[in-house]
Amino acid sequence: MIGYALRRLLYGFLVVQGVLGLLFVLFFLYAEPMDMARRAVGEKAPPAVLKLWIQEHGYDRPWTDQLRDHYVRMLSFDFGRSDADEVPIARRLREGVGPSLSFTVPTFALGLVLGVALSLFVAYFRETYIDRTGVVIAVLAMSVSILLYIIGSQYLIGKILNWFPISGFDPDPRVLPRFVAMPILIGVVAGIGGDLRFYRTVFVEETSRDYVRTARAKGCGDGRVMAFHVLRNALIPILTRVVTAIPFLFTGSLLIESFFGIPGLGAVTVEAIQGNDFSTLRVMVFIGALAFILFQIVTDFTYTLVDPRVRLE
Amino acid sequence: MGGYVVSNAVVALLGVGAAFTVRAVRRSRFWSDAARELARRRPLALLAIAVYVGVGLADSVSWIDAAGGVQGVEAHTPRSLIDRAFPAGFQERSYSAPFAEVEFYGGAPLEHPGAHWFGTDILGRDVLHLTLKGARIALLIGGLTSLIVIPLALLFGMSAGYLGGRVDDAVFFVISTLASIPNLLLLIALILALGRGPVQVCVAMGVTSWVGFARIVRGETFKLRELDYVQAARALGASEARIVLRHILPNVMHLVVITFVLLFSGTVLSEAILSFLGIGIDGSWGQMIDQARDELARDPIIAWNLAAASVALFLLILAVNRVGDAVRDILDPRTLVEDL
Repeated sequence: MIGYALRRLLYGFLVVQGVLGLLFVLFFLYAEPMDMARRAVGEKAPPAVLKLWIQEHGYDRPWTDQLRDHYVRMLSFDFGRSDADEVPIARRLREGVGPSLSFTVPTFALGLVLGVALSLFVAYFRETYIDRTGVVIAVLAMSVSILLYIIGSQYLIGKILNWFPISGFDPDPRVLPRFVAMPILIGVVAGIGGDLRFYRTVFVEETSRDYVRTARAKGCGDGRVMAFHVLRNALIPILTRVVTAIPFLFTGSLLIESFFGIPGLGAVTVEAIQGNDFSTLRVMVFIGALAFILFQIVTDFTYTLVDPRVRLE
Repeated sequence: MGGYVVSNAVVALLGVGAAFTVRAVRRSRFWSDAARELARRRPLALLAIAVYVGVGLADSVSWIDAAGGVQGVEAHTPRSLIDRAFPAGFQERSYSAPFAEVEFYGGAPLEHPGAHWFGTDILGRDVLHLTLKGARIALLIGGLTSLIVIPLALLFGMSAGYLGGRVDDAVFFVISTLASIPNLLLLIALILALGRGPVQVCVAMGVTSWVGFARIVRGETFKLRELDYVQAARALGASEARIVLRHILPNVMHLVVITFVLLFSGTVLSEAILSFLGIGIDGSWGQMIDQARDELARDPIIAWNLAAASVALFLLILAVNRVGDAVRDILDPRTLVEDL
């Protein structure tokens, strides 16, 4: 088990190297330093100023130096300053994590509970009109663009019904719920269609197994079979899906954060995209990938908790 | 030589490709049964997709009129069949409501009173016309991306699964690396690096989405390689290339079809997100929705732009998703449980 953990960590480290290499190719070899300088300083800046900017940010050094610098900085978490406004990127990250988590964690928890509960319900009534209606509704919900969900609910809930503010954010815990309610609602609704369809498939497949028949034969009620036997045995695919969503808790949702004015990491990313701030974008991609790799390793170990038959070799 | 010549050629190529596909499907019992079953289960969705494809193709066939026919700018620009369905100079100065006789703000009389079924946008362009033109963009996004993804995934997935060893290690490393970067972030990074434009966006979407499919192909090839009929082919002296092309490829084709359909709706929806970020494709429904964002904040509100683009997008995605579900059920109920 320890050997396995070491091997996984080593491979994870290799993948991190791959990610860093890819980022270097994308952001250093492809990006034209002159363009970046022009965007940062201003379109009409004189060439001397642009040169100075390029020099200060080290984009004129030989690429081997830049490559070494890129690796050293990323791996030591010394992210430097933003190309666009000279704010330390690490500070951006620190300030952005809180607001992102404040709406992604409830979205995630609510979405998971609702998704699993609804799918169990629908799978319980498999091959009946309840099941079919549930699947059709899930497909309908999946087919709507997230843009429309956001614009539509801002208009309907924010402007017409006036239940919640259209956008804005305040970390004060007394008013925070008012600001994050609508983003959470949208996040849950937008994600539930895909979740329902996926979990339902897993549950329905699980109900055709022998142990389900055995449990029934022994006099176990249908509801009990679903809630205990089937759910427990379906935990592995559920876990796999859930863990891939966890990194997004930190990086937040780009669209929702920027539409609702939540100053989280998603909004930071959108700002970086719109301002061509490659230094910030690079860090965001790196952090996202790092979180994903770590949680993937963690999942492997949670498999052994969920299913004692799983052995990590 | 303009872009429109290429577009016409592509339509011709698609026609030839479709003819070949129909012939191949007719010849095979498995595929013709599957096609018939699909038509039985999802007649409406298939009809809807046919309408979208028809509109998209009609908008891809265009030519420049001979001199002397139409007056003005339109005499020198290629116009597609869809453009020709609308009268020349079909434009107002600003917003007008559906079927309105006058402009929405100010009430100045329109050039074409009552003729704009879906109203006009801020520049006075006919919304119905713009919406119909969006079909071509949506099909381009979904189609071109799939065209990039499928060969790439087949090549890498099959070689990794069939050859194993070092090749498998290398491919698996590439797959793990790409899969570990959050999809949308990688997509954005690629577009910023490659530049903006329809082909670049599709290439970027292709690069980000081939991974999932390659992994499935790899697993499937791995399984097929060990089956008796492949062993038999090898024992009879078939070359490696022949085994891969004649014995493995046909047995992963059903996965190709399923992936094509599932990928399509995913990419078209992602493009809408890219449009919001300002790196989408010009003329797409995503861009129309994005531009209509502030129109709901006006007083009185303007909803026809948003409504037209989002209904068009929704119906296409819904139809494709419904067909995708059915295709998956018919062809392979087990392998592709997970979303791509």
